[in-house]
Amino acid sequence: MRTSRTGRAGQYAALLAYLVFLAFPFLWLVSTAFKPPRELASLHPTWIPEDPTLANFRQAFDEQPLLDAALNSLAAALGTAVIAVLLATPMAYVMARRRTRLARAAIGWVVVSQAFPLVLVIIPLFLVLRNLRLIDSMTGLVMVYVVWALPFALWMLVGYVRAVPRELEEAAAVDGAGRLRTLVSVTAPLLAPGLVATALFAFVTAWNEFFFALVLLKTPEKQTLPVVLTHFIGAEGVADLGPLAAAAFLATLPSLVVFALIQRRITGGMLTGAVKS
Amino acid sequence: MTSVTEAERPAARAPRPGGDGRVTDRGAWFLVLPALIPILILSVGPLLYGILLSFTDAQSGRTEATRWIGGLNFQDLLHDTLFWESFRIGLVWAVAVTVPQFLLALGLALLLNQDLRLRWLARALAIVPWAMPEVVVGVMWRLVYAPDAGILNETLRDLGLGDGRDWLSGLGTALPAVVVVGVWAGMPTTTVALLAGLQNTPRELHEAAAVDGAGAWRRFRTVTWPALRPVALSITALNLIWNFNSFALVYVLTSGGPGGRTRLPMLFAYEEAFRYGQFGYAAAMGCVMVAAVSVLLAVLLAGRLRGGDTA
Repeated sequence: MRTSRTGRAGQYAALLAYLVFLAFPFLWLVSTAFKPPRELASLHPTWIPEDPTLANFRQAFDEQPLLDAALNSLAAALGTAVIAVLLATPMAYVMARRRTRLARAAIGWVVVSQAFPLVLVIIPLFLVLRNLRLIDSMTGLVMVYVVWALPFALWMLVGYVRAVPRELEEAAAVDGAGRLRTLVSVTAPLLAPGLVATALFAFVTAWNEFFFALVLLKTPEKQTLPVVLTHFIGAEGVADLGPLAAAAFLATLPSLVVFALIQRRITGGMLTGAVKS
Repeated sequence: MTSVTEAERPAARAPRPGGDGRVTDRGAWFLVLPALIPILILSVGPLLYGILLSFTDAQSGRTEATRWIGGLNFQDLLHDTLFWESFRIGLVWAVAVTVPQFLLALGLALLLNQDLRLRWLARALAIVPWAMPEVVVGVMWRLVYAPDAGILNETLRDLGLGDGRDWLSGLGTALPAVVVVGVWAGMPTTTVALLAGLQNTPRELHEAAAVDGAGAWRRFRTVTWPALRPVALSITALNLIWNFNSFALVYVLTSGGPGGRTRLPMLFAYEEAFRYGQFGYAAAMGCVMVAAVSVLLAVLLAGRLRGGDTA
């Protein structure tokens, strides 16, 4: 579309403003993570550390069980990703290919469940898991995460299944391939990128989750990264900024890497999902 | 796109042999159950259980049996001024975050829909807040707002706008400061959804309107907005719900302080349940929050129906 020269300049200025607004807090986090205590106490902090150091990272690992926390987070995220995709894929297939009442009810529930505050879910969940002796356990946490990740996983997967042309499956059926055979050798390969994207999305969701982990995990050695991060902030709200920044920076890296991998697919998945409903 | 698949479906289904339908129906059940059972047990069940709990005196560490107490929790809640203050803060927060979130995201989505250089960078960056753990977002902004070593105060000092202040613990500044973080954190989802909506608007109509001499604002109002409206309403409704129910950000930034000025209803209910162990009472709060959200949604949906859209 034709846009005047000043219009263009205005657009670039606006885009730049957005970029600054979106990026500066993260840049500040990185900057703080590499600053020595003297600079952190200074009244005139600088964007680029004058005397960059890794001391904050060392101190962060000394103060809190960060490595345990990272391994716990990894276990929770991997478990959630694999199980959620395994459970959601068959249902998403049915929802995409057939318009059964059940599938519609499931989608309806997915939407309705968004409206409920977590507090109404967590108290009963806490009681149920306590009866099953699954409080303070990774199994209990992953069970909750899987159910919690299912809505969006279903949403994404339905879009991906729709993108696999029905005609291909029908052609395979005409050629005499059974239903299972068709699924395994025609549908699955075409669906694979979508499955990976959904799994990675579930991974990030679980890696980042805070509320359930806060309530369900009690022992410090069993807690996940987001919960352990809050331990850097003292009771009075006073925090040792350097180690806090360093730990926060490390906790974010995996999410950012995974998100960079699936960025396109997420927007794509939302596109196809949006077109449908 | 919808209409195409719609039209294909009956044609594709017709040639199938008739007897096949029943078998696949049973097959469909087996495919659906693995996801359905966990949803029933760990999502539908707990919610119903939670609603029941709000009519009991359930407490955390107690050994005696829980008793049915009818509407007593709700009666108590009615007179709990602290809760209603928190409820009011929750509503203010939800609206104050959702509205700027929408306007800013709309602006960004419109820009990203243009053919600009650096668009790829902007698209990637626009998603970053979404990728970060909410706790890290909170930590990050604590660093920005930090009274001495924070970049906000330093920038203000550089610009000669005073000495800055302790944003998160000032009675007047805490809520606005937290709202800014809420807006920042929720922009990506909104932007992506709106961008998806924009890419569905008919380009030809846009061009035709431009040829007819319609200015940018008119083109937006007559061509873009009608096509975008359903997506805009859905994402706004979702944002309102998410924001009203949000927890982690404020927990990390202020834990509800100073003096309860940022104590969102979720924080209040969390403390009631897991600090004081009042499960039944906290569940009642949850129910009131659901009711509030339903009213909000009803108002939004009524607006949508009045507009005559069906998407």
